[in-house]
Amino acid sequence: MTVNWKNIGLFALVAVLIILVGIFQSPNAALVILNMGLISAIMSLGVNLQWGFAGLFNIGVMGFVALGGLATVLISKPPTTDAIQAGGLGILIALVLGAATIIATILMRSKMAAGRSRSIATLALLVVGFFIYRWLLDPSVEAVEAVTPAATGYLGGLGLPVLLAWPVGGVLAAGAAWIIGKTALGLRSDYLAIATLGIAEIIVAIMKNEDWLTRGVKNVIGIPRPAPVVPYEIDLQNSASFVENASSLGLDPVMASTLYVKLGYSLLFTIVLLMILWLTQKALNSPWGRMMRAIRDNEVAAEAMGKDVTARHLQIFILGSAVCGIAGAMMATLDGQLIPSSYQPLRYTFLVWVMVIVGGSGNNWGAVLGGFLIWFLWVEVEPMGTLLMQLITSPMADGYWLKAHLLDSVAHMRLLTMGLILLLVLRFSPRGLIPEK
Amino acid sequence: MEFLNALVALSNYVLIPAVAYGSQLALGALGVTLIYGILRFSNFAHGDTMAFGAMVTILFTWLFQSWGISIAPLPTALLALPFGILATAALLLFTDRVVYKFYRKQKAAPVILVIVSMGVMFIMNGLVRFIIGPGDQRFADGARFIFKARDFKEWSGLNEGLAFKTSQGITIVTAIVVVAALFWFLNKTRTGKSMRAFSDNEDLALLSGINPEKVVMYVWLIIAALTTIAGVLYGLDKTFKPFTYFQLLLPIFASAIVGGLGNPIGAIAGGFVIAFSEVTITYAWKKILVYLMPDSLDPSGLVQLLSTDYKYAVSFAILIIVLLFRPTGLFKGKSI
Repeated sequence: MTVNWKNIGLFALVAVLIILVGIFQSPNAALVILNMGLISAIMSLGVNLQWGFAGLFNIGVMGFVALGGLATVLISKPPTTDAIQAGGLGILIALVLGAATIIATILMRSKMAAGRSRSIATLALLVVGFFIYRWLLDPSVEAVEAVTPAATGYLGGLGLPVLLAWPVGGVLAAGAAWIIGKTALGLRSDYLAIATLGIAEIIVAIMKNEDWLTRGVKNVIGIPRPAPVVPYEIDLQNSASFVENASSLGLDPVMASTLYVKLGYSLLFTIVLLMILWLTQKALNSPWGRMMRAIRDNEVAAEAMGKDVTARHLQIFILGSAVCGIAGAMMATLDGQLIPSSYQPLRYTFLVWVMVIVGGSGNNWGAVLGGFLIWFLWVEVEPMGTLLMQLITSPMADGYWLKAHLLDSVAHMRLLTMGLILLLVLRFSPRGLIPEK
Repeated sequence: MEFLNALVALSNYVLIPAVAYGSQLALGALGVTLIYGILRFSNFAHGDTMAFGAMVTILFTWLFQSWGISIAPLPTALLALPFGILATAALLLFTDRVVYKFYRKQKAAPVILVIVSMGVMFIMNGLVRFIIGPGDQRFADGARFIFKARDFKEWSGLNEGLAFKTSQGITIVTAIVVVAALFWFLNKTRTGKSMRAFSDNEDLALLSGINPEKVVMYVWLIIAALTTIAGVLYGLDKTFKPFTYFQLLLPIFASAIVGGLGNPIGAIAGGFVIAFSEVTITYAWKKILVYLMPDSLDPSGLVQLLSTDYKYAVSFAILIIVLLFRPTGLFKGKSI
C-alpha cells in the first residue's frame, strides 16, 4: 500500500492550524476547538454513513443530536423524588396509553378491510385516545412542574454515570430514526429530506416545551462530568499534588486545571471517534458496505440482484442517526448543560452537511477531516472577519454608520463563508478533499 | 345570540387569521411547486429568498418613510414592494447564472441541486443577517385595522368583537390578485404555455423549439415576485425576523407536497389545508365552546389540543399522513 502523502498532509494541516491557535490565541482556545472538532467529526461520520454510503438525504441531524443531549439529562441527573411522587406515575401511564393508542390503530388497520368504516374507526380511535391521553397527562404534568420550579420542576434522571448516556443517546436517536425511516424511506429522496427536517423541528419543540422532561427554556444545568477521567477544576486546584505538578511544569494552577479537564474530554472523545471510525472503515470495506454502495449507485440493479433496498436503507439510516445521537450526548456532556433553545438547524444540520461534502462524501477519513476543518473555520471565521472588516473600514471615519454596521455584522460572516465554501467545493471539487476510492 | 357570538369569535380568532396565513403559505408553496415543476428540484433556499425580498422591501420602506412619502391608510411597504421584487429578481438571476446553470448543463441529479440550494440558503441567510441583522424589524405603518373589535361590538351589539387587520385584508386581496395573474399568465400567454409544456415534457418542449433558458429566466422572475410578496405579507401580518422565514420552509413544503408537488392549484389548496389545521389545532376553543355548550357543561380547561409551539408538528403530521396514504398529494402532482 502506498503512503498517501496528500491525505496525511491535509490532516497535518488541520493539526498545524489548531496548534497555531494554541500559540497565538491560547492553548485553552485550541483545546476547545479540538474537543468540538472531535464531536463534529463523529457527527460527520454519522451523516457520511447515510449520505456517503447509501445516498440518503437526512437533514434532521439537529433532532438526533438533541435526542443525544436529552439522554444525558435522563441518565445522569439525580431523580427529583417529590416530582416523581407527584406525577411520575400519571405521566408514565399517559405515555404508555398514548403509545398503546397508536399501536392499536395500526393493528386495527391491518385487521379491517379498507373502506369508509375503517377510516372512521381509525379517526375515532385516535381522537378518543388523544383526549384520554391529554386528560391523564395534563394534571400530572402540572403537579410535576409545580415542584420547586426554580430549581427542578421536572422529573430528573436516573442518577447514573454520564458515560452511560452516550450509548443511550445513540439508542434514543435510533428509535426516532426507526419511526421516521419506517414512514418516509422508500419515497423519493426529497420527501425523506422534508420528513427529517420536520421531525428535527418537532423534537426540539418538544424539548423546549415539555418542562416536566427537560425543564424547557429554563435549561438543565450541572450535568455531571464523566469522573474520574474529567474532574472538576476546583478539586484539582485544591489538590496539593496537582498544584505541585503544575508548578513544576511552570503553569499557573488555575490554567493547568482547565487544560487538564479539557484534555480529559479530548481523551474520551478521541477514543469514541477512533472506535466509530474503525467500525465504519470495517463496514465500508465489508460485503455489506459494497452492497450499500451498489444500492446507492443503482437501486434497480441491486433490487434485481435480490437485495432488499428499503430494509437496507432503514438499517443504515438508523445506524447513522445513532452515531449522531452519540455525538449529541457527548456534546451535552462537554457543555455540562442542556439548552434546548440552542439547537439551531443551520448549526447542527447544515453545518454537518458542509463538513461531509467538503471532506469527501463516501470516505470516512474525508468526513473526519471535514469535521475538523469546517469546525475550525466556523470558529475562526469570526476573528478573521473582524480583522478583514477592520482593514476595510479603516479609511472610514469613526462614528460613520457604515463602519459601525460592518463591524457589528461580522458575526454573520460565518454563514456566508460556509455557503461559499460549500458551493465552491460542489462546483470545483464535487468529490471533496479526500474523495471516495 | 349565543350562536352568533360563537360564530363571531370563530371568525375573529380562527377563520380570518387562518385565511391570511393560508394565503401567505399558498404564495410560498406556489413558488416551491413552480421550481419543482420546471427546474425539477426542491429549493431549500426558498424561505431565505422570501426573507431577502422582504428585507429589501423593508429598507425601501424605511427610505420612503424618511422622505415622508406615504400612501396611508395603506402601509408604505406596498409602495416599496416593486423595488423589493426587482432586487430579488436580480439576485435570483445572478444566482442562476453563477450557480444553478452549471448543474443544469451537466444534467445533475436533483438531489445534487438540493444540496446546492442548501449552499445558496446559507449565503442568502448570511446576507440577510449581515445587512439587516438577526433581530425583529417593524415596518408596518398606515391604519392598523380595517375595523376594530370595539366598533364591531357597538355596531352589532354582540359580546364578541370582530377585528379585521389591514395586513390581513391586504394579504387576502393581494393573494387573490397574484394567483389570478399567475394563472392567467400560465394558461393564456405564449410564455406561460411554453413553461407548462416544459414542465410536462422537457424533451418534447425542446423539440418544438422552446428556448429552455428563456423558460428558466421567466421562472426565476415569477419566483422573485412570489417570494417577495409572500415575505412582505407575512412580515406585515406577523413580524420580520430572518430565522422565522427559514422555519417557514417546513409548512411551505408541507403545503406544496400535500397539494401535490408541481401542481399550482394543489399548492394553493395545500396552503389552506395546512394553515387551517395549524390554527384550529393550536387554538384554545374554550371561548367558543362557552357560547355553544349549556352552562352545566362549560369546559374547565382551555380546550387547546396542542400548544402553539407545536404548530410545526401539525404541518408535519399532515405531511406524513398524506405521504403515507396519497403520495402524489391531494391533487395529482408529479408521481414519486
